[in-house]
Amino acid sequence: MRAAVVVFPGSNCDRDLAVAFEQAGADVTMVWHKDSELPQGVDIVGIPGGFSYGDYLRCGAIAANSPICKSVAAHAARGGYVMGVCNGFQVLTETGLLPGALLRNAGLKYICRTVGLKVQTASSDFTNGYAVGDVIDIPIAHHDGNYFADAETIAALKGEDRIAFTYTDNPNGAMADIAGILSENRRVLGMMPHPERAADAGHGGTDGVALFRALAGALATA
Amino acid sequence: MKARVHVMLKNGVLDPQGEAVRHALGAMGFDGVQAVRQGKVIELDLADGATQADVEQMCEKLLANTVIESYTVEIA
Repeated sequence: MRAAVVVFPGSNCDRDLAVAFEQAGADVTMVWHKDSELPQGVDIVGIPGGFSYGDYLRCGAIAANSPICKSVAAHAARGGYVMGVCNGFQVLTETGLLPGALLRNAGLKYICRTVGLKVQTASSDFTNGYAVGDVIDIPIAHHDGNYFADAETIAALKGEDRIAFTYTDNPNGAMADIAGILSENRRVLGMMPHPERAADAGHGGTDGVALFRALAGALATA
Repeated sequence: MKARVHVMLKNGVLDPQGEAVRHALGAMGFDGVQAVRQGKVIELDLADGATQADVEQMCEKLLANTVIESYTVEIA
């Protein structure tokens, strides 16, 4: 598995994401937001958490229009894998690679704690290391994680089995308790919780490891 | 020339910040504030010849997220 992790000014989970990919066996390259090309042969692009461009205008809006994001969109259009965590999820909705938007948390507070996530689908190369209905403990750390989409989009996500994870106890007001969703081709994942922060015994939890292992398994020969 | 863009959350999209402002106003004794919606104003200084359509393109592509926001453009 060859992975690239995008670094924007203000990204702060880029190294954590890179380490999680590496521990799953990936060869990881960091790419800068001003780069216009991804490295040759990349299987998966990670869009990390943080505060890209200081969250100016809207979270993820300026990052979504950066030079590297054009290449990320082209990579996804070719059937490449993309994973956006937290601010990375916001970037993916702003680019249109995933539907909907992330609004300010309903309770207005920034929330940083470990939450329970229910696995809603095992039918993706991100989630097939879990079983449907598994509850995993993954940290969240966000101010704008309140997933919003129109009723038709929510119905389509449900109907097409594209909701990857839901919160067991909705912390932020997200519609349908949505914590993470998949693209139509199931190769783009966006999620607010941080699996890369539950990927080593030293983190206090390892429930995120199965996600990175599943990816490595799927992309081992790619 | 100058353009002023108003960006607001669409009707039906919960605005928790507006709601918090409404509560604060009520707590301060301003009775009868039934709803508060908070948005942003973006002022653009443009080269002569820019059109309303140009600014609308800017709104569609960057200044507003039309999934959740609506915008209006005033050319001054």
